[in-house]
Amino acid sequence: MKISGKTLGQSAAFRKLVGALVIYAVIQILLATGLLSDYYFATIVTIGINVILAVSLNLITGFTGQFSLGHAGFMSIGAYFCAFITLRVEGIPGFLLGILVGGCAAALVGVLVGLPTLRLRGDYLAIATLGMAEIIRIIFQNIKITNGAAGLSNLPQYVNWPWLFLFIAAVVALTVNFLHSSPGRACIAIREDEIAAEAMGINTTRYKVTAFIIGAFCAGVAGALYATYFPRIKPDTFGFMKSVDILVIVVFGGLGSITGSILGAIVLGLISMFLSSYTELRMVLYALLLVIIMIFRPQGLMGSRELSLALMKRAGDHLMGLFRKKEKEGRV
Amino acid sequence: MPILTVEKLTKSFGGLTAVSNVNMHLDEGELVGLIGPNGAGKTTVFNLLTGVYKPSSGTVTLERDGKSQVISGQKPYHICKLGMSRTFQNIRLFKDLTVLDNVRIAMNKDIRYGLPSAFLHLPSYQREEKRVRDASIELLKLMKLEEKKDELAKNLPYGEQRHLEIARAMATNPVVLLLDEPAAGMNPAETAQLTELIAWIRENYHLTILLIEHDMSLVMKICQRIYVLDYGMVIADGTPEEIRNNQQVIEAYLGEDVNDA
Repeated sequence: MKISGKTLGQSAAFRKLVGALVIYAVIQILLATGLLSDYYFATIVTIGINVILAVSLNLITGFTGQFSLGHAGFMSIGAYFCAFITLRVEGIPGFLLGILVGGCAAALVGVLVGLPTLRLRGDYLAIATLGMAEIIRIIFQNIKITNGAAGLSNLPQYVNWPWLFLFIAAVVALTVNFLHSSPGRACIAIREDEIAAEAMGINTTRYKVTAFIIGAFCAGVAGALYATYFPRIKPDTFGFMKSVDILVIVVFGGLGSITGSILGAIVLGLISMFLSSYTELRMVLYALLLVIIMIFRPQGLMGSRELSLALMKRAGDHLMGLFRKKEKEGRV
Repeated sequence: MPILTVEKLTKSFGGLTAVSNVNMHLDEGELVGLIGPNGAGKTTVFNLLTGVYKPSSGTVTLERDGKSQVISGQKPYHICKLGMSRTFQNIRLFKDLTVLDNVRIAMNKDIRYGLPSAFLHLPSYQREEKRVRDASIELLKLMKLEEKKDELAKNLPYGEQRHLEIARAMATNPVVLLLDEPAAGMNPAETAQLTELIAWIRENYHLTILLIEHDMSLVMKICQRIYVLDYGMVIADGTPEEIRNNQQVIEAYLGEDVNDA
């Protein structure tokens, strides 16, 4: 079989597929043999949900250039709507329906917030999304059906590693595909120069809203996954700090880099796992690490580049070069 | 037959009238120059024509396929779809994207696949992407930028960035092309080359071109007609020969009491 003149084994898509399957298999084996305990799996789920959140926020902020501060709001809508479904419909159909409804509800709120604010140029979206997330949190805290500040508990749990992996892979693959299409390029053009993009026939409002809705939908799915892994959700979980956390992952990984967002979520997830034994110092060390990393790599881990084999090879050569130089100097 | 008609176009910013009562027309296939001293309102006219500003009064009408449409007051992307494209005085490329992407983005409005295909890369995606890629490379060949298609736009030399802007504007498949100082910052050799290129494009793509330019060698050589703008008003129009000898134009450029100096 040939794809664009190359044999299947050489095509980039095929390599990515193999890479993804290897990661899947390794973790699956580790879980099955008990080498990774439930505690570590909880960390993996948190990281996985953060990957989805970061990739979807990166689409809005890193690629389309629209600053959004309310991603946790969309996440909470996804979580609550999914919980309403899974508490009433049992089994896998309930699980899948819950995720779909969670995503769609978040997307709908995305339309309501996005349409009026994305028509304008500038940072109105940041203020509007910030307000929206707070309003959502306060509503969930005060109405009966969500059980107020105590939140919903005894939620049925469905998320295991295959499901989690499936959803992460789907979100990442669909986002990458979108970015490599004409609508995706239109979004990136808006980030680069909104006036020029509009002069070249791009309906900027339409594409900004499109990216925003896709991002909101994915955040809703992430929230739904949260509500189907953890048995309890409460409004506090989805506060302003959660939105900031997601933004930190995106900026840390690199605005405009999908692999950056994935790496960012993994690295920051691992850092906070290792720091969890130092309860008092945890946030101080976390903040300190972020400051240090941003001083040495202000463009984030990946900048706007994507991680690829060629890039890794170049980085490896560079490191080896440094190493050899040191060796030489040591000899002299 | 005029393809673009501008009637009594006026734009004021607060108390300042930047463009007042401008009447212009472009006939099909014409190459017309718009000149004037600094601050005369030339770029404002372009911004009014392309929808970046809304006119305070007056109308702009574009003729295409036998239909005439009022384009004044429309959004820029809509005016672009109707067949008017432009370049910018201070280059506005998508700097961090490749040369090829810059051109492909300008073809977005003619793409015939929807979001599902964008997400799943269905056959319609493959077909359309190939068409757009081929058409873009064709345009880049024309501008002699084909070999640099994978370079970032910001890494091109200045003259090539200007060429890329023209390629990008042409990718929107316009009937009227507005060029805002295409030769700014170029040396005489580059300007001469650009002059030929513009004339060639107009002939081979059946375009109507309106260009703002300070380089008189370019304007006088290729423009069939010239409008002269001063303090937001058209003070003269005619062939290059007529403009060269127009007393009012000379005064606008050199000041009034030339002989006393």
